Amino acid sequence: MLDAAQTTDVQAETLLEVNNIEVIYNHVILVLKGVSLTVPKGGITALLGGNGAGKTTTLKAVSNLLHSERGEVTKGSIRYRGESIHASDPADLVEKGVIQVMEGRHCFEHLTVEENLLTGAYTRKDGNAAIQQDLDLVYNYFPRLKERRRSQAGYTSGGEQQMVAMGRALMSRPETILLDEPSMGLAPQLVEEIFGIVKDLNEKEGVSFLLAEQNTNVALRFAHYGYILESGRVVMDGPAAELRENPDVKEFYLGMSDEGRKSFRDVRSYRRRKRWL
Amino acid sequence: MPEQLVFAMEVTLNGLMAGVLYALVALGFVLIYKASGIFNYAQGVMALFAAMTLVGIMNGQVPFAHLINAIFGTHVHEFGWSVPGFVAILLTLAVMVLLAWAVQRFVMRHLVGQEPIILFMATIGLAFFLEGVADLMWGSEIKTLDVGLPQGINLWIDETTFQIFDYGFFIDNLDIVATLIAALLVIALVAFSQYTKQGRAMRAVADDHQAALSVGISLNFIWVMVWSVAGFVALVAGIMWGTKSGVQFSLSLIALKALPVLMLGGFTSIPGAIVGGLIIGVGEKLFEFALGPALGGATENWFAYVLALIFLVFRPQGLFGEKIIERV
Repeated sequence: MLDAAQTTDVQAETLLEVNNIEVIYNHVILVLKGVSLTVPKGGITALLGGNGAGKTTTLKAVSNLLHSERGEVTKGSIRYRGESIHASDPADLVEKGVIQVMEGRHCFEHLTVEENLLTGAYTRKDGNAAIQQDLDLVYNYFPRLKERRRSQAGYTSGGEQQMVAMGRALMSRPETILLDEPSMGLAPQLVEEIFGIVKDLNEKEGVSFLLAEQNTNVALRFAHYGYILESGRVVMDGPAAELRENPDVKEFYLGMSDEGRKSFRDVRSYRRRKRWL
Repeated sequence: MPEQLVFAMEVTLNGLMAGVLYALVALGFVLIYKASGIFNYAQGVMALFAAMTLVGIMNGQVPFAHLINAIFGTHVHEFGWSVPGFVAILLTLAVMVLLAWAVQRFVMRHLVGQEPIILFMATIGLAFFLEGVADLMWGSEIKTLDVGLPQGINLWIDETTFQIFDYGFFIDNLDIVATLIAALLVIALVAFSQYTKQGRAMRAVADDHQAALSVGISLNFIWVMVWSVAGFVALVAGIMWGTKSGVQFSLSLIALKALPVLMLGGFTSIPGAIVGGLIIGVGEKLFEFALGPALGGATENWFAYVLALIFLVFRPQGLFGEKIIERV
């Protein structure tokens, strides 16, 4: 699974291009201070960083869910397949093939699992037969959802809700999924399972991913390329395999150093002396 | 059969019919609450506005006649034609859809993602605004509304009950029609929200605005749709109440009676609105019948509210309301 990173075609077609964007909430709170990144077709691109680094904001700037949270992209450009998507409606983007799976699942709690999945097909116009076929596809990737298809989503477990949210996004037949913090609040075993499915979807269905994740360790194992964000800026980027071996990344995000694992206290005091910016 | 029991039966029947009318108003609240989490204070005024528009169109009244005359010094009041009831209802429906669009365009769109209390305040503003517009548009006189619904005592029930109990029940034809229409309306609404794509999207929006946006559901479209449906329900309620007691500004106060209905039935349940309405209707009539004389009468004015208070203490989500699902 690690080899994928090295063999990624560097010349792959660029799907998403975020160019030096700045995001301001409520007209005053500056959250992103110039973030640039590209997502190639067929790749898994990871967006890493701690709490408040701006990962979620970056994803929401792309999917344009910012607007409903009183956020605004004030500088820079966002292009999808060369076309500016800066001001387009989230619904238009879903039709173009870009869909976001939000942090914290955000299932429709009072709808059943199957109804949740079907809402993902809201923008589709290719008829019930095709939608039914994709429903089977989703159940194929997430067999657990099939067992629980008639339960209200609010009563399913955290892992199942993550699967519902991802399956719902899949139902829109996306080209790119913006996946926000899929590991949040899940047991390590489930995290592996979820990431395994992400990898499968990437390889078998050709879905590209832009993945925001705090769990640097897991993310860098599955992603092809990574960007590290700190305080609203990209401080480092590179192929996942390189980032994994980078001593600073090891020290700051993987909790390891040349002398082996350090205790929490030492890492924290070290960070105070040396920061990216 | 003892006389008291026969009376009680008649009172119960009448209570059921009155309950249906309460339920009609409550339905409009439930619809908007379900789809947007907004308690729409303006629902009662919407019923009034719909009824006034309907009467105005039927009588060929010139809208904003007073305003026009004041500005241009003219004396226009009526077009001089009258529109048949069915056509007028369709035209009124079109006005209600237009109103829904305007509410979405000028109010709700700017408040996406705000606290529910702010949306609620906006609907209070809307209620006052709409009441003013209704006054300006159609004048404030009390008008009668007759779209051709049967009215008066139902002779068949009167005769049949007379043969059985030796006492004829007084049931108004209008109440029977209202019951049938309400039943149809509920079946249609439940079918719509449970089994159609747009209905599913509506429920999705109610659960989570952001997530609905993220899967490509257009909040603007859903909200215009929901407000239109609520406008339609308001029109039906307006027709029933207007036919029964005349079209006048106190009509907007029936919204207050819908509150206890909602607390009983639950804010999120369409069947709940119906059952809640029936319980309040029957409850207040029977209570008045049984204990009214002992308590000095006029218990109908407060019975519903006291019942609602008791419910708020012991079962705040109502009989059919959705439990608040919270994961820890």
